[in-house]
Amino acid sequence: MLLSLVNVSHRFPGRKTLWGTPESYVHALTDVSLELASGEILGVVGESGCGKSTLGRCAVGLIRPEVGTVRWNGEDIFSLEPDSAGKLRSGYQMVFQNPYASLNPRQLVGSMLREAVQQAGSNDGEKEKEDKVNQLTEQVGMSRADLRKYPHQFSGGQRQRLALARVLALNPKMIVLDEPLSSLDVSIQSSILKLLKNINENMGVGYLFISHDLQIVGSLSHRVLVMYLGKIVEEGPTNRVLSQPRHPYTQILLSSSEGKFSGLKGDPPSPTMEPRGCPFSSRCPLSEKKCGETSQDLLIVEKGWKVACWKAI
Amino acid sequence: MPVLEIKNLKIDLLDAEGNKKGRILRGLDLTMDAGEKLALVGESGCGKSMTALTMMNLLPTRRMKITEGSMTFNDRDLLKLKESDWPAIRGKEIGIIFQDPLTALNPVMTVGKQVEETLRSQAGIAKDPLAEVARLFSEMGLPDPKRIYHQYPHQLSGGMCQRICIAMALAASPQLLVADEPTTALDVTVQSQILQLLKNEMEARKFALLFITHNLRLVQGFCERIAVIYAGQVVETGLTGNVLKNPMHPYTESLLAAMPDRGKTGDSKVDLGWVPTPTDEITGCSFAARCNRSKPECSKIAPLATRKNERTFRCFYPL
Repeated sequence: MLLSLVNVSHRFPGRKTLWGTPESYVHALTDVSLELASGEILGVVGESGCGKSTLGRCAVGLIRPEVGTVRWNGEDIFSLEPDSAGKLRSGYQMVFQNPYASLNPRQLVGSMLREAVQQAGSNDGEKEKEDKVNQLTEQVGMSRADLRKYPHQFSGGQRQRLALARVLALNPKMIVLDEPLSSLDVSIQSSILKLLKNINENMGVGYLFISHDLQIVGSLSHRVLVMYLGKIVEEGPTNRVLSQPRHPYTQILLSSSEGKFSGLKGDPPSPTMEPRGCPFSSRCPLSEKKCGETSQDLLIVEKGWKVACWKAI
Repeated sequence: MPVLEIKNLKIDLLDAEGNKKGRILRGLDLTMDAGEKLALVGESGCGKSMTALTMMNLLPTRRMKITEGSMTFNDRDLLKLKESDWPAIRGKEIGIIFQDPLTALNPVMTVGKQVEETLRSQAGIAKDPLAEVARLFSEMGLPDPKRIYHQYPHQLSGGMCQRICIAMALAASPQLLVADEPTTALDVTVQSQILQLLKNEMEARKFALLFITHNLRLVQGFCERIAVIYAGQVVETGLTGNVLKNPMHPYTESLLAAMPDRGKTGDSKVDLGWVPTPTDEITGCSFAARCNRSKPECSKIAPLATRKNERTFRCFYPL
């Protein structure tokens, strides 16, 4: 497996008392395990605050989870020496939601890309580096003239293309895409989606694709993982999960993203509460007494399809 | 009898000296019947929000100027009104909800006080405003209204803040509600709750809704009629079901094709992703440069709005 997260849990401290000890914790991830094969696109869906971004950050080592291990090609990324960790890290990269915030506003786009290419192969000659920069620019659908511009001279979609080009310079095996489309227009979304699909098919780069939009995730990913309050509630092949969602939460998410009225009431409970029972039980239309008391493990529906609901089997 | 009729509305963009720099709306026509749900759909920068602001007389007049057209609301041309006439209309007869509920609310005032203020100035209630606010809050589906009254916007979720904005917009029972992307900043599940709330309120209070969005999927089950706007012009209108099933304007078709769906990334025949900017000089059809059906005359002569079986479209070669 290229990437595997094993029983990862992470909490963020909330407001502190007078003595500096946290009064409460935000339970961002609770016992999350996932695997990503080479060249695979795994979609992660959920509402704001469900822990999907924390999951992405743990996967690339930006957050060290309190519990659990993150393995890259079988090696624990947090137990490596700094030198070897640096080499390993070019294999997994991240693209953020807001491309303008992740690009240096005072650096020319060309210089930014050259810096990334320099990082990737410092033994190459100047000519080869320049070729690589041009090739990257072309690959993401930008022109050479754009290299002499600053990030603010581009539209949101173009900036996201540049952010992608910078990441591709390092020849990654996997990219964590954290809501890469949510700040863009529908028509631009579709062109970026096409670009992402091409890169995946031609270069074999895998994605951990984080989004709140089930339709977008469904259009790109091979497998999908639905999260609710820091827990995985459903995981399976995209076409199966989207055509016959098993978990009541996935069903509601799907019907709301299609513009139907889901009948769901209330807001998600606060993530500062100690996780107990099924996280969705307080809003679930099928909820029974048992649901709020005993926690629900992922049950296997069929090969590769798991659901955390005893009623869905 | 239409409640609102916009005819040939043109708005110019001005530079710092007040000279014409470009054109934001290039002759917009829109008709709304009483109690109707009309969706106004288009990409960013096509003039959706400027139309909404014009309806409230909130257009930034230093940089923009209405040069032509009329906007008839209840037999009065809104464009001919004086600023002193507006307080009787803005908020009272036409209400508005904005995209981001957190920036629409005052951060240093409790939400209850804000709604109470609106009630006092718009609906003119005097006795027991707290009870009236609480009643409005519970109508909006907010739990524990008395507690929420004393809370600040940052203490509430985005969905709750949007419910408060809706409460404020409906406080004076307007005849027309303009909702400018009211669910774009919200999660999908909250989005469907807010739509349900708007639907229920419309049935109870009988107002007309202008629903501005870029999400065609939302429009599908929610609005009876749809108007597709492109480069400051309505290019196609009709009943939602018909327009989405059999689009006649090539732009509507490509907008539909761009929607991602299971297993396909949204395949568009035309090169979407850029729209003409207000400073672009357009002769002929505004979509001709991106259209895959365009013929030489398309970029020379502007197509007029053609009416055919309840559908209106601006295209010489409709699908």
